[in-house]
Amino acid sequence: MELFWEILISALLVIGGFFGLVGSFGLVKLPDPMTRLHAPTKAATLGVGAVLIASMIWFGVFKDDLTLHELMITIFLFLTAPISAHFIAKANIFKDWPSDKLPRPHGEGEWAVHQADADTSAEELEEAEEARKG
Amino acid sequence: MIRKLLPHPHLTLLLTVVWLLLANSYTMNSLVFGVIMGLVIPWVTAPYWPDRPVIRRFPKIVEYVLIVLWDIIVSNLVVAKIVLFMPKSKLQPAWVTVPLDLVEPESITVLAGTITMTPGTLTAEIAADGHSLLVHCLHAPDPDGVRDDIKARYERRLKEIFE
Repeated sequence: MELFWEILISALLVIGGFFGLVGSFGLVKLPDPMTRLHAPTKAATLGVGAVLIASMIWFGVFKDDLTLHELMITIFLFLTAPISAHFIAKANIFKDWPSDKLPRPHGEGEWAVHQADADTSAEELEEAEEARKG
Repeated sequence: MIRKLLPHPHLTLLLTVVWLLLANSYTMNSLVFGVIMGLVIPWVTAPYWPDRPVIRRFPKIVEYVLIVLWDIIVSNLVVAKIVLFMPKSKLQPAWVTVPLDLVEPESITVLAGTITMTPGTLTAEIAADGHSLLVHCLHAPDPDGVRDDIKARYERRLKEIFE
């Protein structure tokens, strides 16, 4: 039984290392900043996730000390990775993508980056309230 | 009365569980403290977060989380394949506009995060009026298919959960 766990943990570590490597390789290989963003937000999350699961199993089986800290790390990682990606993408659009190079948003108006005085969240909150009432 | 003491029951539950996981000891001691945190934090923060969205169908969240986790694994394999084997010249990045049916800011945030974490897509921007998302695809020969996928797979489910 111990052998089974050892194989499982090793496999998870190898998977984690592999995806971490692919994520970094993607940063080098992909052609422009927007496509480069895809590599770390995806490949790296599974890489880190696999390593954390391996750590959880190792402590649970061989140390008799099951900790769920790793689960918290995974959850916080999944919560924060998209936010940093949004910010990098936003900065990149502001710098390199004028509105005539992008598809139009649905309906009137511009993308928030191109409309400096937009208060998206305030408008949304108002509409959500109206929808709730109506 | 209950509403006043517990402005957000789901948040209370979540905070208690997170506290237990962080404290990493499953004793009466940390449970009591976790419940105290779960009661005090929503109560103190309630004035700063008016009009919170109400979660209508709780079990649907479990279904949603499982689908997203599965998609994250698949997306990692897909992106890894593209990074390793697809020549640069064959790559077809594309911008896609996703019109939104969701109106709550919280549910739009969840949708944007989900899109970023799943197959070859990344939320880059929201429209100034909050009615569409700008999504960047790593490799999309069929951009309209991507948009319909997002709407059918994630947005429909989020709408069931939140609205």
